[in-house]
Amino acid sequence: MPTTAPSPEPSAPSGQGGTSFADATASDSALRRFLHGLPGVDTVGLEARAASLGTRSIKTTAKAYAIDLAISMIDLTTLEGADTPGKVRALAAKAVNPDPTDRTTPRTAAVCVYPDMAATAAAALAGSGVKVASVATAFPAGRAALEVKLADVRDAVAAGADEIDMVIDRGAFLSGRYLKVHEEIVAVKAECGSARLKVIFETGELSTYDNIRRASWLGMLAGADFIKTSTGKVGTNATPANTLLMLEAVRDFREQTGVQIGVKPAGGIRTSKDAIKFLVLVNETAGEDWLDNHWFRFGASSLLNDLLMQRQKLSTGRYSGPDYVTVD
Amino acid sequence: MASAFDYAPAPESRSVVDIAPSYGLFIDGEFTDAADGKVFKTVSPSTEEVLSEVARAGTEDVDRAVKAARRAFEKWSALPGSERAKYLFRIARIIQERSRELAVLETLDNGKPIKETRDADLPLVAAHFFYYAGWADKLDHAGYGQNPRPLGVAGQVIPWNFPLLMLAWKIAPALATGNTVVLKPAETTPLSALFFADICRQAGLPKGVVNILTGYGDAGAALVEHPDVDKVAFTGSTAVGKAIARQIAGTDKKATLELGGKGANIVFDDAPVDQAVEGIVTGIFFNQGQVCCAGSRLLVQESVHDEVLHSLKRRLSTLRLGDPLDKNTDIGAINSAEQLSRISALVETGEAEGAERWSAPCELPSAGYWFAPTLFTGVTQAHAVARDEIFGPVLSVLTFRTPDEAVAKANNSQYGLSAGIWTEKGSRILAVANKLRAGVIWANTFNKFDPTSPFGGYKESGFGREGGRHGLEAYLDV
Amino acid sequence: MSDERRRVFKTYKLYVGGKFPRSESGRVYEVTDSKGKWLANAPQSSRKDARDAVVAARKAFGGWSGATAYNRGQVLYRVAEMLEGRREQFVREVADAEGLSKARAAALVDAAVDRWVWYAGWTDKIGQVVGGANPVAGPFFNLSTPEPTGVVTVLAPQDSSFLGLVSVVAPVIATGNTAVVIASADAPLPALSLGEVLATSDLPGGVVNILSGRTAELAAPLASHQDVNAIDLTGAAGDPALAKELEVAAADNLKRVLRPQAVDGADWSAEPGTRRLTAFLETKTVWHPTGALGASGSSY
Repeated sequence: MPTTAPSPEPSAPSGQGGTSFADATASDSALRRFLHGLPGVDTVGLEARAASLGTRSIKTTAKAYAIDLAISMIDLTTLEGADTPGKVRALAAKAVNPDPTDRTTPRTAAVCVYPDMAATAAAALAGSGVKVASVATAFPAGRAALEVKLADVRDAVAAGADEIDMVIDRGAFLSGRYLKVHEEIVAVKAECGSARLKVIFETGELSTYDNIRRASWLGMLAGADFIKTSTGKVGTNATPANTLLMLEAVRDFREQTGVQIGVKPAGGIRTSKDAIKFLVLVNETAGEDWLDNHWFRFGASSLLNDLLMQRQKLSTGRYSGPDYVTVD
Repeated sequence: MASAFDYAPAPESRSVVDIAPSYGLFIDGEFTDAADGKVFKTVSPSTEEVLSEVARAGTEDVDRAVKAARRAFEKWSALPGSERAKYLFRIARIIQERSRELAVLETLDNGKPIKETRDADLPLVAAHFFYYAGWADKLDHAGYGQNPRPLGVAGQVIPWNFPLLMLAWKIAPALATGNTVVLKPAETTPLSALFFADICRQAGLPKGVVNILTGYGDAGAALVEHPDVDKVAFTGSTAVGKAIARQIAGTDKKATLELGGKGANIVFDDAPVDQAVEGIVTGIFFNQGQVCCAGSRLLVQESVHDEVLHSLKRRLSTLRLGDPLDKNTDIGAINSAEQLSRISALVETGEAEGAERWSAPCELPSAGYWFAPTLFTGVTQAHAVARDEIFGPVLSVLTFRTPDEAVAKANNSQYGLSAGIWTEKGSRILAVANKLRAGVIWANTFNKFDPTSPFGGYKESGFGREGGRHGLEAYLDV
Repeated sequence: MSDERRRVFKTYKLYVGGKFPRSESGRVYEVTDSKGKWLANAPQSSRKDARDAVVAARKAFGGWSGATAYNRGQVLYRVAEMLEGRREQFVREVADAEGLSKARAAALVDAAVDRWVWYAGWTDKIGQVVGGANPVAGPFFNLSTPEPTGVVTVLAPQDSSFLGLVSVVAPVIATGNTAVVIASADAPLPALSLGEVLATSDLPGGVVNILSGRTAELAAPLASHQDVNAIDLTGAAGDPALAKELEVAAADNLKRVLRPQAVDGADWSAEPGTRRLTAFLETKTVWHPTGALGASGSSY
């Protein structure tokens, strides 16, 4: 019986919380110095750590816990040009009642749609506790004028979005104009009102782990409530390694500022096995404070059905099949 | 305090391995009792359960085994390399097939986590045989001239920390080059070598080519001293290594000695901190720190000392100590009561000398031999815990101010086996690696092993190299 | 009394740390030719001279092992050039020391010069011959390189006062080691003269230190010396008991020991191969992560 240590009591090196990074964002050059002063990331070591945590064996009671937790963390997503109100209403129904055969199944965290579908989703989800998340800021490329992006956000918030998933300007980031990225996030945040802001880095386009760490800090400094890996629209989306890296960032940020930020891997997470690996990353990196759908989400669609089938297997002892879960 | 996400027990099944109540010595292709009938028990260090009773070899058995190896040598060495290779390839494949069984066995007998035997020991064992199998018919191209000859009978004495892997490091190159072997595993971990004897039988290896003598240090000494042994290969303590060097003085016996270490793991202020912390953990807590090349001295630049120590302690608090067969166990048992008391004594010395001790908060099981991951801060070069090899999960933390000072402190040791360097500056890696007097240096990584990569020490960490093309030299008359 | 000019005799001295001291003991011993005729008095070094030589060799090690291989090659070649210029002197000394004809002695001296040239060429090649990249199964660049062992005590052969001496000293220093050399006890003069050549060959002081005296008396403290990394027992070939005793003493700090080889008394003219180079090399293996260019290589 492995005896896990009691939760560590972080004795932050410099005054727990409260560190101010106001100076870091005072100018383009200051921000650049700050971000480039963050510790580097060794690719091989990071990926090896993620792979090693991926070998954790989660069985029986722990698996049941993890599956329910994962279901409750899903931002059930449809982001297609072909989306219709009917499709969104069906998805909302599934979010509220994922497994019609088992009412003990938890609800998902949110339904994630384009802004023009936010009102439909809000109506369908009213009173359910399931949040409405809307992508905005000219998702997924983000190639539009700031005013257009802000209008996109205002539109979604007005339509009832509880959460806004924005994309950063990767072009500006990659060309070193960090302050522009920062200012844009601040401007979007201002339009969000009470809606929580998820900042998408599109890690596949940032390409290096050093960039992902810098983007994480940039996003957190600018007021992100969540940092999110990807749009799901490019080749490489969420991976254990880039999510591990972002979990390290939110862990370190809370230690230094006292402010807790959420993490959302999105895209490519399709199986229960994958989802449980991510939860192990959360558990052993950021810690159990993040094991809650207020602080960790999965951006996914097909993942839910796999979790439901695994859940049925655990409760009945039989392997389930696709005919016993609902198509979206 | 239970975490919300409490991993349920995930034990690897013991049923894949069938341990007999007793085992004999493996001499000339047969299992046989010791001449004087002596036996000893081997226990599982995590539970103190008796696993089996094995024959204890004496001088007479050593002589029998060496004679068997000598008889087998003529034909074995005359076999075309391509045919010798096939036996080694067969052995490699059978090890792969039986790797789960062997991993469970090794975990039971040694106490190390199944995660390590499954993911590190066994894959490396198979890879080692596979690698040297390929050399058997290519020795003309190894850089030792045409048709290099084997030495004869190799007497090999191995330690308990990586029982089967050390066996592979010894036997694979010996057989590939045409030598025959008498091998003595450590007294606390005899079982995997006996299972290997069975693998030799399955592979159809000619009788007498590999002989396994379970026993104690007296059998090892008798083997080293035997006049018909041409080659001595030893992995173990520096004290025994020196004794062997004296024993074989004035003879024609060729020797390789892989001995102790006190590896410096140097963390510069520009290190990739999260990966460095992982490397520090891997460096000293892999196999409960019972590793000759462990990074047992952390040399951290003063400017990042607090930050690194904070992260390190946080990380150590997540290590899972317990049942070695549980797939989620990170830290297993110490190999023996004797080793545990040695570790405890050195740790007491460290405290008595005024170093500050910190141990990871974890419950230790009531049965078996356990030691919590521990680190000492405020350590200087003058402390015993900075100089003596502890061979346990104990890290001594020292600081430095400049690269010069780091190198000077790292080299200030009787040992010279391993070292680590953590920095994002490529030129610094190369400069520091160049100055370190150690045989294996890991830059931005630690405790990596590969059959193609030569391993061995400078100074009192021994001589000769195992692994790679270099590893052939130890078994050839060149 | 003839008007013939009287030869100026040479006072033979040790070569330690780039200087030419007398033995601290103040002792000398008579060196004779093969027919017993007095040739000179040689310093009879003491264990303290041996100790001083180790200090000098250790001090020189950092610089010499850190010099570029090309630079070491240039220095060794310079030794050959200097020797060539003093060929007649060495022919006379070798002929006297070993009782050889001038022609035979000249052949040995020429071979010794050529041996310096041979090893000069090896300095920047041995690393490529015995080192290299290892194709490990993982995202790592793994490189093995040979490095000098450190301070090496060399018991020069007793019967080949010059060619044998050069054949054991040159390979030790070619790779960056520094040496404490115990010259042939009965025929030390060519070795002591070699010191004068080395001193004028751009070889940094302390890289080679040459002691004359009783082999056993000097070898014992050097074999047990904790700051000596290796010992070449060639000069103990005729005395197995001494060789064994020295090997036992060498185990105290696990010195690398090159046991006496059958070559002693045999033909030193044969091409030596790399054995004497590799005997005093350590293999250092360094692992570096490589990884992918970016974060996109990862998947699960």
